[in-house]
Amino acid sequence: MAEYSAFSLLKNALAGNKDWKPAWRKPDPKASYDVIVIGGGGHGLSTAYYLAREHGITNVAVLEKGWLGSGNVGRNTTAVRSNYLLPQNTRFYEHSMKLWENLSHDLNYNVMFSQRGCLNLAHTPAQLDDYARRGNAMRHLGVDAELMSVEQIKRLVPALDVSGSARFPVLGGLMQPRAGTARHDAVAWGYARGADRRGVDIIENCEVTGFLRDGGRITGVSTTRGEIRAKKVALAVAGSTGHVMQLAGISHMPIESHVLQAFVSESLKPVIDTVLTFGMGHFYISQSDKGGLVYGGDLDGYNSYAQRGSLPIVDEVMSEMLALFPGLARVRMLRSWGGLCDMTMDGSPIITTGPLPGMYLNCGWCYGGFKATPASGWCFAYTIAKDEPHEFNAPFTLDRFYRGLIIDDKGQGANPRLH
Amino acid sequence: MLITCPYCGPRDVIEFTYQGDGNRERPQPASQDLDAWNAYVYDRLNPAGDHNEIWQHSGGCRAHLRVVRNTITHEILSTAFARGGHKSADNRAEGRS
Repeated sequence: MAEYSAFSLLKNALAGNKDWKPAWRKPDPKASYDVIVIGGGGHGLSTAYYLAREHGITNVAVLEKGWLGSGNVGRNTTAVRSNYLLPQNTRFYEHSMKLWENLSHDLNYNVMFSQRGCLNLAHTPAQLDDYARRGNAMRHLGVDAELMSVEQIKRLVPALDVSGSARFPVLGGLMQPRAGTARHDAVAWGYARGADRRGVDIIENCEVTGFLRDGGRITGVSTTRGEIRAKKVALAVAGSTGHVMQLAGISHMPIESHVLQAFVSESLKPVIDTVLTFGMGHFYISQSDKGGLVYGGDLDGYNSYAQRGSLPIVDEVMSEMLALFPGLARVRMLRSWGGLCDMTMDGSPIITTGPLPGMYLNCGWCYGGFKATPASGWCFAYTIAKDEPHEFNAPFTLDRFYRGLIIDDKGQGANPRLH
Repeated sequence: MLITCPYCGPRDVIEFTYQGDGNRERPQPASQDLDAWNAYVYDRLNPAGDHNEIWQHSGGCRAHLRVVRNTITHEILSTAFARGGHKSADNRAEGRS
């Protein structure tokens, strides 16, 4: 029987809520495992979950340097979408979308996945043409997309300034109706519980400080809680990829770590019931179920491991919001924070075997890690279990940069701060 | 974040454009060494700590600067002109950094 159900709620309510089990245990690390996953964020936890559920590999440890969900899985702006241009990205993110659509049932954990749509606004005729092209590319691969007129957008988002006197008048937009948002903490906790119940050890406050080797092969890790051996060591450390790879002796990667800020306002009555993006800058906004506006913009724009941002971007993001929604000028910002983005040279991720024997690598999520969480773990688990990539992640190799096979959805070139 | 430009003195970061990892070496234009070109275009050091990087004072004197900055604390350890690959261009730059 499902651990969380109407029946278990009622039973525990009558028993004074004293019999709930913790969602995951707090085990001490064992001396060895079949697989160690470094990084207890969304991707690491989903990797462990799918290793156990899809491949029957349960002798697995997830090592987290802080507490579970303290990194990007709890710092993102929760948007989920699969509206890409290039087929490699579209297929992968659409697989993720399909996993999202069944995730609450699959995990028996309500991740509050809300398919409220994602609307990209166009402000020039050329941009609208470009969106039509992207929408056609999406529909060609079976993904939903609709080009919306200004009148439709006005009905959907009445608070938006669609007048001709707006600083950047809205000419139309591209809508993906199945896109939406999810509650990011629940995603971490749901995957953690699902993995834990299948036998995975989730070990918090356990920072990797080095790698154990036998010849050239990685055979385990040294950590702040002792040495742990494993047949396979998998990295899912996002913004810390450069740092952890340096511990493994690999000094250079096609990755830069940047800080991205996010913001939430005080709670308002419902005003925006979709995910909206600005086309004349970099700005995106949605409204949480609590009523807070959740929004963000560009990277701060320089290498950083600080998990905090600077004021010029705060100013820029607020200006962009007011260009779209002049009526929100007096809404107060409640909180802001920063997370580390592992920006690749083409804006697409890396999920691959290697680069060292015994090592598996999952990184390069740029802005897009949260929506990828289910497919990232699903594909990474497949790659770890089978020692070869699934067709969904086969294009996301590490050596694509050196073989002329880059996947640059934005066409931006090797300048990570602009992806 | 304030960056001390050797010409202009301490200025806000919004006056500057980030140009990334300053450790990269551009091969000679006629070079056909693919590995060297790949490394120049795609590989980054990306350290958690002191980072040698290039900034341009695009909203000021437009000089290219070599800046050593800590990526964990954002503290700026030194600034100098980037030209010629010198670590510091003159005594003024060192005095202000």
